[in-house]
Amino acid sequence: MYVAVKGGERAIDAAHAWLAEERRGDASVAELSVPQIREQLKLAVNRVMAEGSLYDPDLAALAIKQSRGDLIEAIFLIRAYRTTLPRFGGSVPIDTGAMTCDRRVSATFKDAPGGQMLGPTFDYTHRLLDFKLAAEGEVPAAAEVEAGTAQTPHIMSFLDREGLIQPETDSDTTPPDLTRTPLELPATRDLRLQALARGDEGFILGMAYSTQRGYARNHAFVAELRIGTVAVEMDIPELGFAIEIGEIDVTECETVNQFQGSKTQPPQFTRGYGLVFGMSERKAISMALVDRALRWKELGEDNLGAPAQDEEFVLYHADNIQATGFLEHIKLPHYVDFQSELELIRKLRREAEANNAAPSESAGASGGNLSGKMKEGAAE
Amino acid sequence: MNEKTDPNAARKAWLSLLARCSAADLDALWTDAALDPDHTVLRTPEVGSVMVRGRAGAVGSAFNLGEMTVTRTSVRLASGEDGHGYVQGRDKVKATRAALIDALMQTAEADAIRAAVLTPLQAGMEQTRATRSAKATATKVDFFTMVRGED
Repeated sequence: MYVAVKGGERAIDAAHAWLAEERRGDASVAELSVPQIREQLKLAVNRVMAEGSLYDPDLAALAIKQSRGDLIEAIFLIRAYRTTLPRFGGSVPIDTGAMTCDRRVSATFKDAPGGQMLGPTFDYTHRLLDFKLAAEGEVPAAAEVEAGTAQTPHIMSFLDREGLIQPETDSDTTPPDLTRTPLELPATRDLRLQALARGDEGFILGMAYSTQRGYARNHAFVAELRIGTVAVEMDIPELGFAIEIGEIDVTECETVNQFQGSKTQPPQFTRGYGLVFGMSERKAISMALVDRALRWKELGEDNLGAPAQDEEFVLYHADNIQATGFLEHIKLPHYVDFQSELELIRKLRREAEANNAAPSESAGASGGNLSGKMKEGAAE
Repeated sequence: MNEKTDPNAARKAWLSLLARCSAADLDALWTDAALDPDHTVLRTPEVGSVMVRGRAGAVGSAFNLGEMTVTRTSVRLASGEDGHGYVQGRDKVKATRAALIDALMQTAEADAIRAAVLTPLQAGMEQTRATRSAKATATKVDFFTMVRGED
């Protein structure tokens, strides 16, 4: 039961004023600008864009500043802003095969056509704190080697050509959108991919890790992980043709997983897919593993009862804004709710004591004081 | 799609360039070219979103990845040509300039606009892209196999 409570306005104003001051921190330290966050905390910006489900680096950087670096709060701000925007339409599906790659690695084919490029990765660093970063200084320029004209086709397409991998069926129907109609189960793969793409990185990572540890084991290889820039095209009604309306950075992960086969069909590898805004390979790999685990039904596998196979469990708990909203609401006033619980427990205790047939003079005395306090705080 | 088969290819190319370019670069070239065409606004600049779609498994059915911000506007020159601006982000000035350039590109001034704005804009973006690709190429791995000493 929810009842409006009055009387906290002055306290709330004071709390927000103090929040603004605390956000600024020590005034003798230079203030952080939004472009500084956008350029120097880019991976935080990427996460806010991915889970906020809105690609706009400036807005994500502003949200991080406003939320004092609490990324889930920043994602909340972006989600709220997103709902104020009119929707102009949907894009043509992006062509990740035409990506200008910053990074492209394959764990399955050493000699991938187009080559493997490490890009600006944390991999192979020693994970030792670099105290040079605590001092200001020039960064040495990155090496440059003129890029050839080599194309970087999807590595999976080579397996596809040999028929070794389960084919994807291409349909151009408009996919369902869980921001427009509430998610219903069973969910189709397009809806699952949308939910995973905007789901909490930590939750998706935990689910993916559980599949590796043996809960719905499906042994994934990363056939290809690529990060880079792709153009976004949309049909413009007033023009009558499609134009590029921008370009975005995305991370894509394609996994190749163990086989499926039947009496009529020879064994084939199966696939999982991850696609995320920005540079976010932990999330993209996790998404691919969870996508694959959730496909057990369409691939004719057994339900092992593993959490990562349970689409209700995964999809209904992956959204950190829904989760945080419901979780954090329990800190808000529940005085009347709790009052009824108090009355119930007192009644139960009275009955229990009466049944014990040993009446006590002091029963209820200690609780009386508390009851008085709760009534004072109770809503009108 | 190429210019020979698609009658809209040239317009598509300049609109795509204007959508993706940096607002600061466009602003500098616009100012240098001292452009200020007489026009009326058909649709006031409006910030909205576009749902970006991907494909399951990169090549399969479409799914909704997430939205991006886009600003659009439409203008009409005093000489009658309509221009449309659809640009990434929330910059209304950039959208208006894109729409005006789209309109001007349909007039006799097209060659001058191309030389003053579009060509340098494209060159700048290609340079940025080439530098990034060169850095990526420098991180390319050259595998070699060690001789196995088994016998």
